Amino acid sequence: MAEKKLMKGNEALAEAAIRAGCRCFFGYPITPQTEVAAYMAKRMPQVGGVYLQSESEIAAVNMVMGASAAGVRAMTSSSSPGISLKAEGISYLAGCDLPAVIVNMQRGGPGLGGIQPSQADYYQAVKGLAHGDFRIIVLAPAGIQEVVDLMGSAFDLADEYRMPVMILGDGMLGQMMEPVAFPDSEAPVLPEKEWACSGTKNGRKKNIINSLYIQPAELEEIVKARFERYAEIEDKHAMSESYMTDDADIVLVAYGATARIAKNAILAARAEGIKVGLLRPITLWPFPTKALKALTSTAKAFLTVEMSMGQMVDDVRLATECARPVHFFGRTGGVVPTPKEILGEIKKISGGIK
Amino acid sequence: MTDLKILIAGFGGQGIQFAGKLLAYIGMYTGKEVSVIPSYGPEMRGGTSNCSVNVSDAPIASPLVVNPEELIVMNLPSLDKFEAACESGAKIFVDSTLISRKGVRSDVEYFYVPATGIAGDNGFANLANVVLCGKFLKETGLCDLATAAPIIKKLVPAKKPELYELNMKALEIGYGL
Repeated sequence: MAEKKLMKGNEALAEAAIRAGCRCFFGYPITPQTEVAAYMAKRMPQVGGVYLQSESEIAAVNMVMGASAAGVRAMTSSSSPGISLKAEGISYLAGCDLPAVIVNMQRGGPGLGGIQPSQADYYQAVKGLAHGDFRIIVLAPAGIQEVVDLMGSAFDLADEYRMPVMILGDGMLGQMMEPVAFPDSEAPVLPEKEWACSGTKNGRKKNIINSLYIQPAELEEIVKARFERYAEIEDKHAMSESYMTDDADIVLVAYGATARIAKNAILAARAEGIKVGLLRPITLWPFPTKALKALTSTAKAFLTVEMSMGQMVDDVRLATECARPVHFFGRTGGVVPTPKEILGEIKKISGGIK
Repeated sequence: MTDLKILIAGFGGQGIQFAGKLLAYIGMYTGKEVSVIPSYGPEMRGGTSNCSVNVSDAPIASPLVVNPEELIVMNLPSLDKFEAACESGAKIFVDSTLISRKGVRSDVEYFYVPATGIAGDNGFANLANVVLCGKFLKETGLCDLATAAPIIKKLVPAKKPELYELNMKALEIGYGL
């Protein structure tokens, strides 16, 4: 590994994407993710790639669709309101079986909302980003090094399963700086995409990228085939981190930056003799259902902590099959929960357990 | 055992973010875990600016510093806003050229550094932040000047070597107070 550099989340993410072979970036500025685009504008020309600031978010996502259809590793990034604008394009990407990486550095909503960190787009990312029967893979890094480490996986998974992958961060992750090391590896040699519309050179049958199927039976078959791939992803690619869960009476469930704050609360609770741990989903879809279900045999209660009014908490209840009480604590609108507030919730639950 | 939970606050333009980066780089190059998170809200557009910095031997959990154990303030609104939030036993570094009032808590330690005055007198008016960082290094024991020197050199653009001399001088004066 090379020497560590102190980098802002948004910039480290952009650099990691380039190193993962991303050669087309289309974006539109919005706080708190603008540095992704700014960094890409500087770096893409150096690696022979394309950076383009589009006239709108909708244009950006459709440019990603075009680049991806031509076989290029392509990416776009935005923050919450911008992702809503990209939603239609993401459904088309899914319907066309096209790989792409989409970054959402979430901010408070709804509407224009605010510009401070938020996790209120969980439902959007995980449950229903746009119309139609489809899934996207959702990765939720909690630190800058993890952003870098997951970027390669994001592009690999997108290519392997020919589907959109979202990096779901938040303003804190985008704006904060931490030391990062990039692997010394060369740019990856990517397998040829035989399905891509990259020119037949009069040597092969033409490929067609399409999401329109007028015959219901045909569309049903295609959607069902896609869901078989989704089932494989759920089986193989769920990721989570367990932190002090072995002897924990109360297991906190939190992702991204919130998980970092939860760790402070856990250390404070343990200092007072309360056995608390953390299950941190790294993939939000597929959700780490097995890891959570397994904890119901040792934990007495769960506490989901989010920067929202409570969205992931539904998945925690589903995963644990309500075998144990699932509590919720959240702040929203760009307000970041403090370790003390979370500790207060832990104590409330702990009082109830004893 | 190093575990610094630092908040740096002042007006936009005083080099609050640079001071945060400087302390984080010092932490990183001396083998510690570090994180920096700037304020990026409306406050950076002409109002107050602040920056949370963690420097620790252990991995950083929350990057946000809500209850500082070390506070550096370069204007009165920042002292008013963050003084009460500091942990008991905190070290508070006050630019006493710009903040005329004294601290009001008896369970924290105050260091009054006329940083803006010193910087102006020495011909580097925009390095009051670095003067304060010098005092910070001395009082927290994060590192000595000899350790800081090559780190400052790395931070200063290679095309402007004169900035290295100025930053080092500012750091030395603060350290010597």
